[in-house]
Amino acid sequence: MVNIPMSSVSVASRDLAVKRFAARDAVFRLLTRSAAYLVLTLLGGFLVTLVVGSWLALSTFGVSFFTSQSWNPNPDILKFGALAPIYGTLVTSAIAMVLAVPVGLGIAIFLTELCPLRLRRSIGTAIELLAGVPSIIYGMWGLFVLAPVLQNLENSYLVPAVAEIPVLSTIFAGPSYGQGVLTAGIILAIMVLPFIAAVSRDVFETVPPVLKEAAFGLGATTREVVRKVVLPYSRVGVIGGAMLALGRALGETMAVTFVIGNDPKVRASLLAPGTTISSSIANEFAEAKDAMHSSALVALGLILFVITLIVLAAARLMLLRMSKRSGV
Amino acid sequence: MQPAQSRSSSLPARRKSANAIFQGLCYLATALGLTALCLILGSLLYNGIGGLSWRVFTEITPGPGSEGGLLNAIVGSLIMTVLGVAIGTPIGILAGTFMAEYGRYERITPVVRFINDILLSAPSIIIGLFVYELVVVPMGGFSALAGGAALAVIVIPVVVRTTEDMLLLVPSQLREAAASIGAPRSVIIRSVCYKAAQAGIVTGILLAIARVSGETAPLLFTALGNLNFSLSLTSPMASLPLTINQFASSAYPEWQSLAWTGALIITAAVLLLSITARLLVSKRSGP
Repeated sequence: MVNIPMSSVSVASRDLAVKRFAARDAVFRLLTRSAAYLVLTLLGGFLVTLVVGSWLALSTFGVSFFTSQSWNPNPDILKFGALAPIYGTLVTSAIAMVLAVPVGLGIAIFLTELCPLRLRRSIGTAIELLAGVPSIIYGMWGLFVLAPVLQNLENSYLVPAVAEIPVLSTIFAGPSYGQGVLTAGIILAIMVLPFIAAVSRDVFETVPPVLKEAAFGLGATTREVVRKVVLPYSRVGVIGGAMLALGRALGETMAVTFVIGNDPKVRASLLAPGTTISSSIANEFAEAKDAMHSSALVALGLILFVITLIVLAAARLMLLRMSKRSGV
Repeated sequence: MQPAQSRSSSLPARRKSANAIFQGLCYLATALGLTALCLILGSLLYNGIGGLSWRVFTEITPGPGSEGGLLNAIVGSLIMTVLGVAIGTPIGILAGTFMAEYGRYERITPVVRFINDILLSAPSIIIGLFVYELVVVPMGGFSALAGGAALAVIVIPVVVRTTEDMLLLVPSQLREAAASIGAPRSVIIRSVCYKAAQAGIVTGILLAIARVSGETAPLLFTALGNLNFSLSLTSPMASLPLTINQFASSAYPEWQSLAWTGALIITAAVLLLSITARLLVSKRSGP
């Protein structure tokens, strides 16, 4: 027909175009694939650099690095043991979880079961905004606002109140300087609260309404519905969310550095100053002149990374299990 | 029969009161959370707003005991945030594209997603150590470039996550329609999928900027901070969070008051960014 000569021209140019497209497609595909592999290698990169950087300290001190609490960067002594920072990290995170998990769950239950629909969104957003506040702001606020208040409260009420009780008088031995392990734990609790509340709320919302309606229909109260229907259904997700928050608490740096008092010692009293892994690194790394000192700090980083890796991996696996069940 | 009867009559009452206590505790928990937010924002405003003047934006950080502004810190924050986003966003979008498009059914994709989720909440101080060993040591000193690289490592997982999520929401019919008129895969992704997922991806980038602009820990030993005005990418650079960190823990009242003002600025910026991101999403998911 009329366009036969035209098509013989366009076949050649079409071949060319197809080839060009195929080449571009391959390049783009390769680019995206290598970006994905880069993400994959980042995590391995963390591990490798941390292991290499900490080798000097770990090979010098061996097991005693984990059991000793002498931390002495004096160039003539240079002895490092990580017990105090490890202890501080675990204790502050434990305090944070004990305080934040019940409150966070309370907020999530309020948002899903009790809150009037009109307010639900704005209160939810306000709580989530709490998560957006940078950690250094929490640190400053903790140092200038919370610590003086706590110091006052602890010295005039808490310490005298527990003075006669055997175990508590050791845990809350005064005097309090405001900066200490307990203050750090409280600041961490405020920081992780919105994470726990937000994740728990999302998990609670996956509970099929029919289940709840059936329980209400049988005459169950809100408390009974939450305890017997909502929580059993969403347990894995709630635990996953709490562990995600624990991962944040373990690695949080700035908020803790401001209020923990930075003293590398293990003390029985929660009111005494202490240190954590991240705050030790933040305080000392830029000033560490000696190779052994830097290496010991990197070794601290390696320990922190391994701990958070385990916690976060467990959290993600739990949340994954949850979403698999509620999905499909 | 008497005891049984009294028990059965008190059971509803007990259930009722237990429920009332339970509900009361939930209200209390929410009140606590909101109080914390109000207290923090309130003390930021109270302590920071007094120092807010043009000088803050036009003068550089002062020496101990004298007056000045935060110009170098603000400029440094902007430069390093732009640097971090400029490095991190393309990598993040490409990786997210692979996971949602080319590699959607590959076995590696769930692994990448899992690793990325862990990176998302990895301690930022570890990222600082990583970049220190990888960039600062070979370059022979602290630099803005290293700071930007550290921020990029934080940006990447955020962008990967939102890009993948948003591309997975794009209906397959759109891709099939484009394929049926002969568009190759890469053209489909770039002119159809990216267009459809645009708002979501932009939201992810905004959230990444919000997250990065308040970060302090990864900059401590990468960008280090600088009391002077510097635009050089290869020398130490100031940033707002770093300056706040240094000034707040100092003993000078002028520095402390500047730290509060800086804290107010950074918090306002971060909250504004996250509210904007939220509005973008809600507008999209609306009618």
